[in-house]
Amino acid sequence: MSATGINWFKYSSPQAFHPLAGRMIPWFAAAAAGLILVGLYVGFFVAPTDATQGDAYRIIFVHVPAAWMSMFLYVIMAIWAGIGLGLNARPSFMMAQAIAPTGAMFTFLALFTGSMWGKPTWGAWWVWDARLTSELILLFQYIGIILLRSSIDDLRRADRASAVLALVGVINVPIIYFSVKWWNTLHQGASVSITAAPTMAGTMVTAMLVMMVGFWMYSIAVTLARVRCVIIERERQPSWGKSASLPDVAEAR
Amino acid sequence: MFQTVALSGSRGERLLFSDISVTVTPGTLLAVVGENGSGKTSFLRMLCGLLSPDNGTILWQGKDIRQLKELYRAQFTYVGHLNGIKDELTPVENLTVSACLAGDESASGVVRKALEAVGLGRPIHRLPTRVLSQGQKRRVALARLWLSTRPLWLLDEPFASLDVTATSYLTRHLQLHLSHGGMVVVATHQEIDLPPDCIQRLRLTR
Amino acid sequence: MSQPSLSEALHGVVRRDLLLAMRHRSDVAMSVFFVVIVASLFPLGVGPEPAVLRMIASGVLWVTALLACLLSLGRLFTADYLDGVLEQTLLIPQPLAVLVVGKVFSHWVISGLPVVLLSPLLGLQFGLSGESLWVLTFSLLLGTPTLSMIGAIGAALTLGLRGSGLLVALLVLPLFIPVLIFGAGAVTNSLAGIGSEANLSLLGACFLFSLTFAPWATAVALRIALE
Repeated sequence: MSATGINWFKYSSPQAFHPLAGRMIPWFAAAAAGLILVGLYVGFFVAPTDATQGDAYRIIFVHVPAAWMSMFLYVIMAIWAGIGLGLNARPSFMMAQAIAPTGAMFTFLALFTGSMWGKPTWGAWWVWDARLTSELILLFQYIGIILLRSSIDDLRRADRASAVLALVGVINVPIIYFSVKWWNTLHQGASVSITAAPTMAGTMVTAMLVMMVGFWMYSIAVTLARVRCVIIERERQPSWGKSASLPDVAEAR
Repeated sequence: MFQTVALSGSRGERLLFSDISVTVTPGTLLAVVGENGSGKTSFLRMLCGLLSPDNGTILWQGKDIRQLKELYRAQFTYVGHLNGIKDELTPVENLTVSACLAGDESASGVVRKALEAVGLGRPIHRLPTRVLSQGQKRRVALARLWLSTRPLWLLDEPFASLDVTATSYLTRHLQLHLSHGGMVVVATHQEIDLPPDCIQRLRLTR
Repeated sequence: MSQPSLSEALHGVVRRDLLLAMRHRSDVAMSVFFVVIVASLFPLGVGPEPAVLRMIASGVLWVTALLACLLSLGRLFTADYLDGVLEQTLLIPQPLAVLVVGKVFSHWVISGLPVVLLSPLLGLQFGLSGESLWVLTFSLLLGTPTLSMIGAIGAALTLGLRGSGLLVALLVLPLFIPVLIFGAGAVTNSLAGIGSEANLSLLGACFLFSLTFAPWATAVALRIALE
C-alpha cells in the first residue's frame, strides 16, 4: 500500500478519497472476516459452558460486541456531524451519513440477539431489561436521523439538520442509559437483568474482544463502501465546482 | 457603505450566480434585475444573512457581516416576498408589533399615520388583515418602511401587487430615504421612477 | 440603527403570540379536550377496577400530557414560517435562543398550562388523592415546559417538511423519555409511600438542562430550516 500518511489534506477532497477508500476496503473486509470467524469459533466452541446458563449464554459473543458497536458508532457519527457543522465540511457530513445505517444495523442485531438470549433463559421473547430498553431507544434515534435526512430534499439542509439531530441525540444517550437504569430499579418486579453477563472466564473475554475488533473492521469496511456511493451520488452535482470525473468510477461497478 | 466581494451562491445543486462584486454608497439604490429564477431572492437573503453564500463576503462599513451578526441586523429593514404579518391581527396591531420588535416608534398615532401614508384609510385600520386584498396586505407590510430609521432597506419585489397610487407613494418614500443618505437594494422586474444618477443596476444572469 | 432591547423583543414576541391565542381560543380548548378524552380511553380499555386504575394512573396521565405536547408542536413555528413572521423574527438583532424561549413560553401557556391545571381533576378520576395529586400536578408543572422546550428542537428541524407530524414524533420521543421516567416515577413513588423528592429533583435538573441548551439547539435548527 502506498504511503498515504504523507499528505492527508489531499484526501480530504471527495475525488481523491474515493479511490483511496476503494483500495482500503478489501484489507478491512478481510480483517473483519478473519476476526469474526476466529471470535465465533472461540466463543461457540472453545469457551467453557457456563454453570448457570448452559450453552444458551453463547449468544453474548454477538450481543455484547454488537451493543458496544451501536453506541460507539453513534458517538463517532456525532463527532463527524460536529466537525461538519463546525468546519462546514461536506466530507464530514458524508461520513456521518455513511455510518448511520451500520450503527442502526448493530443496534438491531443487539436487540435481536438479546431477544434470542431471553427466550431460553427467561422464557420470554422480550423483557424490559435496562440494556435492551436503552438499545431500543437508541434504535429509534438512529432511525430518526436516517428518516430526517431522507425527508429533506435540499442536500445542505439535510446534512446540517441531521447533524444537529445527531449531536442532540448523543447528549441524550447517556441520559437515556441513566434514566432507564433508574426506571428499572424503580420497578423492582422484572429488574433482574437477563443480559447480566456470567462471570467471565479468560477465553470468554478474549472471544468478546476479538469479536469487537472484528465488528470494528467490518464497520470501517462497510462505511468506506457506503461513502464511495455517497460521493458518486453527490459528485454529479455541478455546484461542487470541480469536474466530475472519477477515473475509478467506471471500474468500481 | 455596503459592499459585496466576489459573492457566489447556489440554490440546492444549481449555481445561481458567481463572482458578484458591487458597492452601494449612501444615497444610492441598487436595483437587482433578472429573469424569474435568476437568484434575485437568494441574493437578497444573502444580504440579510439568512442564506450563506458559497464564496465571497458581504461587508458593512468594511466589516464582514458574519462577524457583526446582531450589530448588522440592526442596520437594515427587510421586506421579503412573504409579508411577515399575521392575518388574525389588524393592520394597526401588526404594524405596532413590527415597530416594537424593530425598536422603532410604535405609538398608536404614529402607526396610524404610517398606514395612511401607504393609502390605507382609517376604516381599514381595525379590520382583521385576513379580509384585506393582496395589495392592501402588501401595503401593510411595506408600512414598516415609514416607521423605520435604519439606513439600509432590502426589498424583494416591493412593487408586486401594488397599484399605481401605492407604487408612487412607495417611490416617493424611497426617494426621501435616499435623500437622507439611506441605501436601498431592491429586487424588481419593474423600472423605478427615480433620477438615474441614484440608481445602480445589477443584472443576475444564469 | 434602531434596536429593541432584549426585554422589549421578548415582550413583543410573547405578546403577539398570546394576542393570537386570544383570537383562537379553540387552541387552548383543543389541548384540554384531547387530554380529557384520551385519559378516559384507558378505563374504557382496561376496565374500571379502581386498584388497577390507581396503578396505571401515573403512567397514563403522564403519557397523555406528553402526547398532547407532541401534537401541539405543529403549531409552534409552522404558522409563522408560512406567513414570513418567522423570517422576520430571525432578523431581530437579539439572540435568537432567547426569542425561542419566549415563543416556547407562550406556546406552553396555551397548550401546556391548561393540562397542568386540569391534572388534579384527572388524577381524581384515576383514584389519586392527597399527596400524590400534588406530586402529579407539580411534576407536570416542571415537566410540560421541559417537554415543550425539547419538542421545539424537533419542530424546528422538521419545519415545512411533508409528513412532519409523524416525523417530529419519531425525532422527539427518545428525547422525551427521561422526562417521562422521572415525572411518572415521582407520582408512582408518592403512591407507594416512598418519597418523590429524588424524582422531582431529577425532573428539575432536566428542566434547567433543557432551558440552557434546548433553545440554542432550536435556534440553530431554525436558521438551518430557513436557509
